[in-house]
Amino acid sequence: MSDASAHALEHHEPVTSTGIPNKKVLMWAFLGSDCMFFGTLISTHLIYRKISATVGGNFLDIRDVFDIELTSFSTFILLASSLFMALGVSAIHKGNLKSMRWMLLGTIIFGAIFLACQVYEFTHFIHAPGNELTLSTYRGEPHVFGSTFYVLTGTHGTHVAIGVFWLIGWLAYSFTGKMSVAHAIDIEICGLYWHFVDIVWIIIFPVIYLMEYAL
Amino acid sequence: MATESIKYLAPDTENKAKTQVFPRPGQHTTGLIDWLTTIDHKKIGLMYGMTALFFLIVGGLEALLIRSQLWDHNMDVLTNRQYNQMFTMHGTTMVFLVIMPLSAAFFNFIMPLQIGARDVAFPRMNALSLWCFVGGGLILNLSWFFTGGSPAIGWFGYAPLTDTRFAEVVGDMGPDFWIFSLQILGVASLLASFNFITTIINMRAPGMTMMRLPVFTWMTLIVSFLIILAFPAITIALVELMFDRTYGTNFYDFLEGGKPHLWQHLFWIFGHPEVYILILPAMGIVSEVIPVFSRKPLFGYGLVIFSGAIIGFMGFAVWSHHMFTTGMGVVATSAFAMLTMLIAIPTGVKIFNWIGTMWGGRIRFDTPMLFALGFITMFMIGGFTGIMHSSVPIDAQHQDSYFVVAHFHYVLIGGALFGLFCGFYFWLPKMTGRMLSEKLGKFVFTLMFLGFNLTFFPMHYLGMIGQPRRTHTYNEGHGFETWNQIATVGAFILGLGIVIGIYQFVSAFFNKKLKPAGSNPWDARTLEWALSSPVKEYNFARTPIIKARDQAWENNYGPRENHAEKEPLDDHGVHMPDRSWWPLVTALGLFGLALGMLFHRTIDPSGELVRDYTAPILAGSIAILGMIMWALEGPGGYHLFPKENDE
Repeated sequence: MSDASAHALEHHEPVTSTGIPNKKVLMWAFLGSDCMFFGTLISTHLIYRKISATVGGNFLDIRDVFDIELTSFSTFILLASSLFMALGVSAIHKGNLKSMRWMLLGTIIFGAIFLACQVYEFTHFIHAPGNELTLSTYRGEPHVFGSTFYVLTGTHGTHVAIGVFWLIGWLAYSFTGKMSVAHAIDIEICGLYWHFVDIVWIIIFPVIYLMEYAL
Repeated sequence: MATESIKYLAPDTENKAKTQVFPRPGQHTTGLIDWLTTIDHKKIGLMYGMTALFFLIVGGLEALLIRSQLWDHNMDVLTNRQYNQMFTMHGTTMVFLVIMPLSAAFFNFIMPLQIGARDVAFPRMNALSLWCFVGGGLILNLSWFFTGGSPAIGWFGYAPLTDTRFAEVVGDMGPDFWIFSLQILGVASLLASFNFITTIINMRAPGMTMMRLPVFTWMTLIVSFLIILAFPAITIALVELMFDRTYGTNFYDFLEGGKPHLWQHLFWIFGHPEVYILILPAMGIVSEVIPVFSRKPLFGYGLVIFSGAIIGFMGFAVWSHHMFTTGMGVVATSAFAMLTMLIAIPTGVKIFNWIGTMWGGRIRFDTPMLFALGFITMFMIGGFTGIMHSSVPIDAQHQDSYFVVAHFHYVLIGGALFGLFCGFYFWLPKMTGRMLSEKLGKFVFTLMFLGFNLTFFPMHYLGMIGQPRRTHTYNEGHGFETWNQIATVGAFILGLGIVIGIYQFVSAFFNKKLKPAGSNPWDARTLEWALSSPVKEYNFARTPIIKARDQAWENNYGPRENHAEKEPLDDHGVHMPDRSWWPLVTALGLFGLALGMLFHRTIDPSGELVRDYTAPILAGSIAILGMIMWALEGPGGYHLFPKENDE
């Protein structure tokens, strides 16, 4: 019996040359690639930040638009979600399905709060009275800041949204009765992704938001 | 517990099928459904290769139209706009739909065999990559049939040529088709690369250490890393361009604060590593072929690999040499000039290693070897002119002249395409189990070599006397006619050679009169030659235990302790994953999403812009549904029971 189950396990997790599961190597490779995606976006934003400060006679002091208290709050929420994610991974490794569900739910809710803040933020920036920042204009005049800002933070938001739906998928799957410790690796790569998206925000928040107040 | 395990090991596919939307094709599927749902890396590789050869003919016809237009001064074969469309489509097709997928074909087919694996790490993802490639190729060529026709912006799509305000035709959709097709092709390349990286790192047979990997596998690994690190730059550049064209952002719009210069940087941060993405696979193939036909091990194996890695690494630090004339300033220009000169060193190291391999060897001039030698010599000419361009003052003179056209065709045809044809002549016996006609092969090589040099060598001179590239005609009195006519004649000879070559490749699969190949017709060195030709569905009946580099050679000629061993036959057989519809469904969803986004804007009778997202949302949902079903169906599988003595 033990022999047969050992074979079954082998099929689930084939022995690899490095001992690291295939899915994990795949996720690390993807994250390496994703660094370059965000690197390109952040560079674009930084390149344009200064050189296009006064297009159309409008000097842009983005502090008139930003709501730094709100963004600081949502930053805190997103970082806190990483704690839930880590605890969720740890729970499934120990086979504690019930605890994993609560932790995934926590991650999902915090991720959703972050997204809600971003939606609120975008709507308010676009309609900020006297300081409307749209994709292509600032105060009704052509400007690049909106282009780089919305596309960069929007791409990050898309990443968070994908993560939220991915976790909802696993949460739903955990109620089918088919989930076991064998799926720990799947939750773990979710976690890798989630932490990475958080780390990207740790770069975006100072570079895009805080720097406007310091320099 | 025991019964459960057995149930898993021999799943009852008939019962499972009933619970699914599409029945999952079973073990004995054949015909069209087999090809549409296959997840076998060999079949996927073949489809990659055949589609790419088809596009080679398409891109070649475009090139011949360009050459016909340039036959004489002020010709009218093409209008100026058609000419621009031709060179745009020719460049985009040859880079993204021919050379890259031909390399991917060999990565897919050969790499798992070289490392002793039964498939790639994620077989269904591999199928998705294939179907995305096919979808991307279709979208690019669908552009012919819609407003404005094909893009006329060059394969580089420089801003502000892509700006909607400067479109020659109102509502020109060409650049949009170009953007979406490149995005989908990017998905294909990225998926394939993630897969190959995981496969090479994780699925090597026991004893197949990294420093025993065949050079071709090493180049696959390096190229895959280049792809995953370089493609994001163009993906984001294209996203920004898409926003510019679709939602009016100002990334590259110089009238509203954007900088067209940024596009050039982002494009070439991708574009220069892309050059090495195109050439390193061919270098890998040649590094396999030359030792076989010299009957010597590769000279300086470690150095060849290390130079490949250095080339890949430095490839990210030389992109601005495409932009010397844009006025980047002295410091940046000098730095990029020096780095460009430096990157010639590892390339030169490789060439000396190939020569060192041949030195004192017993050389056989079979067709693959002829193509390999053609590669080395032609690539060297392209390399020399490349070093000339690294010097800024010389580059300023050559910029936008036919000299540059000559340079990169020597690298990409004389280099990459000769290398890939070399791969076909070398590995088709393994793929088909039949030997190709040497006579016809040598004839093809002669035609291609002659035609290629006739076409492109005169372009050096044309460039020097001042013929500009990307210009649809020239006036009388410059003395351009004679050399252009020689080039055009050469192009038709080259085209004929390629067509006969493609005919020979395809017919090898059907022509039963060809000589059977046997497992190792070339007396070759690497692991794939230890298998029967054509290779069985499961690749390795028993996983080999690798004892040395060049394992097939060691098995035949090495000392006893270097002979490969084999793991014992498993009594539960070889586990094969099931075929699946979902990669195809997901790719169709992505294809529909791109088309939906292309056509989501209409102008209503009052002249207002109306956006209708129904089609993209629907198609996107199909893609997401495909992924969900894919995740839920699992790898599945059945078992095959090879005999004790099967390879």
